[in-house]
Amino acid sequence: MNKYEELMGKKGEIMLKSVGIDYSKYETGKLSFDYERMLRDTGYSLSDVMKIQSEVGVGNTPLIELKNLTTLARKVSKTGKAARIFVKDESCNPSGSFKDRRAAVSVYDAKCRGYKGVASATSGNYGAAVASQAAMRGLKCIIVQECYDSKKIGQPEILEKDRKCECFGAEVIRLTVGPELFYTYLKVLDEENYYNASLYSTYGITGVETLGYEIATECREKLGKDPDVVMITHAGGGNVTGTARGLIKAGANDTKVVGASVDLSGLHMASDIDFNRKSFTTGHTGFGIPFMTNPDRSDVPRSAARPLRYLDRYVTVPQGEVFYMTELLAQIEGLERGPAGNTSLAAAFVISQEMDDDQIIVVQETEYTGAGKHVLPQLSFARNNGIEIKVGNPEEEVPGKTVILPDHPSKMMAKDMDLDGYRKSYINNAVKRAEGNTIEPVDFEYLCVETKMDREKVAKLLEDLGITVE
Amino acid sequence: MIKKGTWVEIEEVVLQPEDRSNAIPEETKKTPLKLWAKGFCLEDSEIGEVAKIETVTKRVIEGVVTEVNPRYIHDFGDFVQDIMYVGPQAREILWGDSNE
Repeated sequence: MNKYEELMGKKGEIMLKSVGIDYSKYETGKLSFDYERMLRDTGYSLSDVMKIQSEVGVGNTPLIELKNLTTLARKVSKTGKAARIFVKDESCNPSGSFKDRRAAVSVYDAKCRGYKGVASATSGNYGAAVASQAAMRGLKCIIVQECYDSKKIGQPEILEKDRKCECFGAEVIRLTVGPELFYTYLKVLDEENYYNASLYSTYGITGVETLGYEIATECREKLGKDPDVVMITHAGGGNVTGTARGLIKAGANDTKVVGASVDLSGLHMASDIDFNRKSFTTGHTGFGIPFMTNPDRSDVPRSAARPLRYLDRYVTVPQGEVFYMTELLAQIEGLERGPAGNTSLAAAFVISQEMDDDQIIVVQETEYTGAGKHVLPQLSFARNNGIEIKVGNPEEEVPGKTVILPDHPSKMMAKDMDLDGYRKSYINNAVKRAEGNTIEPVDFEYLCVETKMDREKVAKLLEDLGITVE
Repeated sequence: MIKKGTWVEIEEVVLQPEDRSNAIPEETKKTPLKLWAKGFCLEDSEIGEVAKIETVTKRVIEGVVTEVNPRYIHDFGDFVQDIMYVGPQAREILWGDSNE
């Protein structure tokens, strides 16, 4: 056993003391657990969460209609029609992204339970959100970031997030690429006895529910109806899960939940070489697909982010389109926002064109922009790392080799991904826990809910895998 | 010489290649997992020497000093000619020549 494996063996014990949740009590069958009970046990209702967030200036962000973008979509649409595009301007949250909603609940909970500090393992906006909330609540904060390749070269976007965390008084531990970030993180939790403000804890998810809830209620107030589609950038699954749960809590049961990720297919997330050949550090398929098909791979034993339960459709967009859309948003809507947050906007521009003029599509986030987190430094960085930047057909983009800005808005495309295929992989992964190739009836029910698939399909898949229900 | 109390960055090898996870690509596995942290030097030191620092959360850690008064190096990047068409083209489609 090497040093890494040794500490990983203590994982359960460290988790229990740092999250304060005994996950084992939610286990039901051989592979199932009681998800809804786990979420109920946070003890915070939707209105409690709203109150916690409003105390710290989180939430109630503006819902802005992108009229020029909608007109542009109609001008280039094959049918001449396109849904009205709205965006929830989440960059107005204190640290500049929707991640404040997640951090607000976790940090509040840490404070109530008497922890002296909070920690989180993230290279994304979530680090800044936790740092900002910790500053407000008077707690210490440590953020562990995957920041550099082995030559200490870092993505400008991550360097900016490092700065942002430090500006809120947090300590940032910056690491080279690799999943053993989790090793360093566990060590910090173990030594410092900090609260694990995990992105995947129940608190992290209930915090996002207010976002879905606000979208539904604002659409009803302003437009007299529920949105037809809510577009959500998908990475670890918390954004999709929380937003969709909020929509359901508001009773917006007919709203379609569509996920979008940046296409980084072919790039290995733990590769020292590929690390700086990508232009997006979150919201991409490198997180999106593994966390969809195996959600319990995170820093908590049972992730509260379970996107397959909620997704109606999942698309990917090339990197070049997201940069193009970011530039377009600034140029014709007067909104300068960070690129990563515009992933779902790029997809919404395409999907709106499949819809009617009187329909509504809501893009549920934006993020702040600034040095590093901006089209110019990110494209410059890509070019300096040997990526070819060109204007042309985005369908031809090859992640890690090219970034192609669409030469005309009519060239924008979103690729539909096979959700049924991911549901199948989910089941493949889930049944690995089933000893003796048998599962219990409670496991069967669980798999149906987890994958949002009908019973016959699940039964057939299990049969094909040689798994029997006891 | 770096005087005690100076703000510095240190580097530490967290895992040597042999201690790394087996589930990572070869190119990553052959490099050590490194860490960088910042804090106030607890003793006089030099770049390249091992020193103890106190971080902003009052943790005391040790590593090789890599930088004094480390600054942020990210910025708004180079001018990228390639994106210059995006706004004008969209305005032309939306409002035509009358936009001039």
